[in-house]
Amino acid sequence: MSNSVYAVETTDLTRRFGKFIAVDKVSLNVHKGEIFGFLGANGAGKTTLIRMLSGILAPSSGQANVAGYNIYDQTEQIKKNIGYMSQKFSLYDDLTIAENIDFFGGIYGLSARILEERKAALLQKVGLADFSNRLTRDLPLGFKQRLALGSSLLHDPPIIFLDEPTSGVDPKARRSFWDLIYDTCEMGKTVFVTTHFMDEAEYCHRVSILRDGQIIALDNPRALKKKYGKSSMQEVFVHIVKEKDLE
Amino acid sequence: MAAIVIKDFVKRYDTIEAVKGINLSVEKGGLFGLIGPDGAGKTTLMRAVCTLLLPDKGSIHVNGFDTKKDFAQIRSIIGYMPQRFSLYQDLTVAQNLKFFADLFQVPLDEQEIRLAELYQFSRLEPFKNRLAGKLSGGMKQKLALSCALIHTPEILVLDEPTFGVDPVSRDEFWKILHTIREKGTTILVSTAYMDEANLCDRVALFFDGKIQITDKPDNLRAQYKYPLFQIKVKELNPMIDLFNSVKEVHTIQKFGDALHISFYEIPDEGRWENWKNEAEDNLLSREQIEPSIEDIFLEMMESMDE
Repeated sequence: MSNSVYAVETTDLTRRFGKFIAVDKVSLNVHKGEIFGFLGANGAGKTTLIRMLSGILAPSSGQANVAGYNIYDQTEQIKKNIGYMSQKFSLYDDLTIAENIDFFGGIYGLSARILEERKAALLQKVGLADFSNRLTRDLPLGFKQRLALGSSLLHDPPIIFLDEPTSGVDPKARRSFWDLIYDTCEMGKTVFVTTHFMDEAEYCHRVSILRDGQIIALDNPRALKKKYGKSSMQEVFVHIVKEKDLE
Repeated sequence: MAAIVIKDFVKRYDTIEAVKGINLSVEKGGLFGLIGPDGAGKTTLMRAVCTLLLPDKGSIHVNGFDTKKDFAQIRSIIGYMPQRFSLYQDLTVAQNLKFFADLFQVPLDEQEIRLAELYQFSRLEPFKNRLAGKLSGGMKQKLALSCALIHTPEILVLDEPTFGVDPVSRDEFWKILHTIREKGTTILVSTAYMDEANLCDRVALFFDGKIQITDKPDNLRAQYKYPLFQIKVKELNPMIDLFNSVKEVHTIQKFGDALHISFYEIPDEGRWENWKNEAEDNLLSREQIEPSIEDIFLEMMESMDE
């Protein structure tokens, strides 16, 4: 990891698909240890931005460093320094819990000794130590998500991307998932989250709101609510996005 | 009169009882919400209402028709949006909409008005020549919704229509639902977004295959008996430790850089002074706030554990 105080720095980051500009000159600096929220309407460019920052999609123009590595020519280092988890794909249902962890450990190239240590710690942490030989499909969704988050942290990356991680779980599981996110950030890791739950936007240290590929608001939730005279992030979001529509 | 009447409905998959005996009645012209997480049994119940699966026990009547034998009559008056994407991936957005409009014999002049409304809510107009298979997840959801809304059935059954849909489109989607309801359509809708409960006339809180509570959203919130405070602090963890040892405290929840704490009873001024002193300058402010449906749901889950 570099000496910069920022986990991620971008300048005028842009991605075009033909004539369509999916991400349009995005400049942002995200501190180490920050929980940073990406909000935006469907199609606003969140996924494209995350794919670029993960080193799996090359930008059209602009600059970015992720964990101190350049996103044009150091994408392999970036992949080793980030974790990624999404609601849509996280674990293999037809592997056991232990097999899933082994699989991710293998992908991240962990030595057998370190993998065993981290597997035991992870199973303990998510409360599945006695169930490691069960099929993953039989797990309640809340457990699956906690396990998926743990698996994406097996290689101890400084940065993690969570793409709509809590869709569909009950409120209790959702809150305990957020406790895990807070734990992760207290370990000094930087957490990026995309979500359509506006109460989760309130949990972030700072949020950015994307529209048509551009950042149209960026601040901590309290400041944004104050600026727009609204009592919740839900109202702020609807207000900002609609206001831009009228322009 | 009731549009949907469900009596003692039970559904098993192998040995698992997915729905464990449900009684529910949806008034004609009502907007009824099934609120609950994945796996609660919402989809099973909705599929049964649409005659797509039969009850193992109990009965379901839709406008007086029995789902066991009158499925043809029921299917002609019901519109159903399933949870899984079921549109034509190799047609464009506009072609899918046109296909469903023609299929349901919506008159051409009406099609035009409806399409304009639907594009307004969905923001899909700039993407109307894109293949449905190439849309993002949330956009696909909005297209499916638009196709379900292009005609006006007597009864509309929507299974998690706003899943993965952004807040602005969700807001506009609910406005459309309210307009459709005003024209007399009965709507049964499920959601895992608890805040959407507030937009329904009546809701059932659904958990573990059972309906735990059915009521108007306002009544539900009024039943929450713990005073809830938002407490702004400088450092979260020392304050959590402090309140964890306070006997009046019922629950503590982190909320960004603040805490939400529910108490068994409203603490008096003296207690607040004590805590303020104990916290030194860590406790910045406090404010009593209204509980949300999520708070109610959590409370319900807690009381089931006991």
